[in-house]
Amino acid sequence: MADLLRRGEVTSRTLTEAHLAPAERQNHALHAWLTIDRERALDEADAADARLAAARAEGVDAAKRLHPLLGIPVALKDLVSIAGGQATAGSRILDGYRSPYDAHITERLRDVGAVVLGKTNMDEFAMGSSTEHSAYGPTSNPWALDRVPGGSSGGSSAAVAAFHVPLGIGTDTGGSIRQPAALCGVVGMKPTYGRVSRYGIVAFASSLDQIGPFARDARDAAALLHVVAGRDDRDSTSAPVPVPDELLALSASNDQAAAWLRGRRLGLPKEYFVAGMEPGVEERVREGVAALEGAGARVEEVSLPHTEYGLATYYIVAPAEASANLARYDGIRYGPRLGDGTVLENYLATRGRGFGAEVKRRIMLGTYALSAGYYDAYYLKAQKVRTLIKQDFDSLWAQGFDALVAPTSPTVAFPFGARMADPVSMYLSDACTLPVNMAGLPGISVPCGLAEGLPVGLQFIGAAWSELELLRLSRAYEAITADAEWRTLEPTDLPRADDPSTPTPTERARAASAGVSQALTSPQAGVLRS
Amino acid sequence: MATLSRDDVAHVAYLARLGLTDEELSRLEGQLNHILEQYAILARLDTEAIPPTAQTIELENILREDVVEPSFTAEEALANAPQREGDFILVPAIIGDD
Repeated sequence: MADLLRRGEVTSRTLTEAHLAPAERQNHALHAWLTIDRERALDEADAADARLAAARAEGVDAAKRLHPLLGIPVALKDLVSIAGGQATAGSRILDGYRSPYDAHITERLRDVGAVVLGKTNMDEFAMGSSTEHSAYGPTSNPWALDRVPGGSSGGSSAAVAAFHVPLGIGTDTGGSIRQPAALCGVVGMKPTYGRVSRYGIVAFASSLDQIGPFARDARDAAALLHVVAGRDDRDSTSAPVPVPDELLALSASNDQAAAWLRGRRLGLPKEYFVAGMEPGVEERVREGVAALEGAGARVEEVSLPHTEYGLATYYIVAPAEASANLARYDGIRYGPRLGDGTVLENYLATRGRGFGAEVKRRIMLGTYALSAGYYDAYYLKAQKVRTLIKQDFDSLWAQGFDALVAPTSPTVAFPFGARMADPVSMYLSDACTLPVNMAGLPGISVPCGLAEGLPVGLQFIGAAWSELELLRLSRAYEAITADAEWRTLEPTDLPRADDPSTPTPTERARAASAGVSQALTSPQAGVLRS
Repeated sequence: MATLSRDDVAHVAYLARLGLTDEELSRLEGQLNHILEQYAILARLDTEAIPPTAQTIELENILREDVVEPSFTAEEALANAPQREGDFILVPAIIGDD
C-alpha cells in the first residue's frame, strides 16, 4: 500500500474509503468498532494525499523519505486519547468523557500522517480475555461469529483480521495484544515495558501496561512500532533507549529473511505446554517449532521453573495497581455523577453502578490485597515472586538464547459465555502471556495455522529491548511458511458478517448464555447464511 | 491464607467506595474466596531473602526541570465536569453533615 501511495497509483482517500466501507458494513455483525469517524478519517486522508503530492513534486528522494505509514488507515483501542474525541475504555463510567488532549502515540501517528479510522471495542479498562466485559457489548471473531476475538484488545484484532484496517493499536497488561492476535489470526506485539510512552492512555496496571501494534504481517507491525516507540518526557517510565530504524527495513525477500534463522538459539519452555492446552494448538505450535529447526535454528527445551506461580502473582499485582489507578473515577471531575446525597453516597453510587462486574471484582481483590494486615502476605509476597519469575528469564538470556518460542494461548477462540461464569477459567486464558509482562519483556504472537478451523498463535519472547530481533524472527517464520495453505485462507465468517440480518454479537452472547447457541450456529439455521 | 466472610467483603467494598447490591456481595464472597485459594500456591515459595520487583527496567529518578510549562485553560480543565458553577466544580458539602 505504501508503495502505491508514494507512486501516486492510489490515493489515501481511495484507500480510506475502501477500508471504511467494510468497517461500517460489518460493524453490525462484528462490533469491532465503538466509533467510526468517517469525516475525520477522510480529512486526514486528504491531508496525507496533499503531503504525498508535494513530495512527489519535489522528486523521487522526497517521496522515499516519507514514512511508510503516511496515508495508511489505523485503528485505535478506545483507551487512547484523541483531542475532543471519546475514550470510554469500554466503561460506562467514562460515558460522555471527551479527551482534552492527544495521547503521545496519537501525536506520533498524526506526525507521520497515518489515518485514524475510529476507536475499537475492548474489555472494560482492559480487564478481560474475551472483550465480553465491554460495557458496550461484545465483539465477534471474524473466523466464527459465535466466538470471542480474545481480549482485552479484541476490537483492534478483529478489525485487522477482517481487513477493516491493515494496522491497529492495542495495550497489553497480561496478554491483551498477543492473545487476541492469536485468536484472530493476526500479528500482535507487546513491546518491552518502557518502549512506548503511555501519556494519554487510560491506565490499568502501571507496572505492566504497554502499548503495541496489531498487523497482518511482521513488516507492518515493525513499521507501526517504529512510529509509536521512543522516549517521551511526559511518561517518566518511557525509556531513553534508541528506536532502531532497521524496523523499517525488514527484508521483503523470503530467502534473505529466512537466512536470519541459521545458527540462532531458541528456547522452548516446557512449562508453557500447560494442562488444559488443546491438542490441536499444541500440534500447530510443535509444527512451527519444527519448521524453525528445519530452517537452521537450534531449538532446545528449557525451563522457566516459576511459571506456575505467574497467574497468582499477576492476579495480586495487577488488581492492586488497578484498584489504585481506578480510584480517580469518583464522579467529581469527569464522567457521570450518580447519587444525589453526600459525597460518600455519590461515590458509592457512581462507582457501584458505573463499573462492570469484572472491574468491581478486580478493585475488590486489589483493595483487599493492599489493605492493612494483608499487604505483606499478598502484595509484597507477589512482588518477591515477580523477582523469581524475572530471574528465570534472565538466566536464559545469560546462557545465550536469542529468543524463546512458545504457545500464545492454550486454546483457540472460545464460544461466547464459555468463561464468564468462572473468573478463574477466564484468567487462565493468559497463562502463557502474563509472565512476559511480569518480567517487562517483549513478546509477539504470529499466526501458525488453524486448529478446528480456528487460528493458532505462536509466541516469541525476547530479552528487554530486543523487538527488532523478535520481528526479524517473526519475519523469518513468515518466510519459511510462506507457501503454507492456511496463509491463503481468509476468516471463515466474513461473508456472514456482510449479511445485515445476521445477529449482533450481543444477541449471540445472549443466546449463548440462554443455552440456545446451538440453534444459531447449526447449518440448518439457513436464515443466517444468506 | 485467610478466608473472606460476607462482612469482610462488605468492608472491602466500603474501603473501595463501591456501592454493591446484596446479590453482588453474595456472588463476590464466593468468587473472591475462590480466587484467594489460587493465591495459596505462593506460600510454597520461600521468599524471605528475595528482594521485591516493583518495576522491571530499573530507570531511576527521571525528573524534568522545575519550570512552568503550558497547561490547560480553566475551560479545558472543567469541560468534563458533571456539575460546575463558573470556574468551579460543584460537589456536595464535605464539612457539616457527617
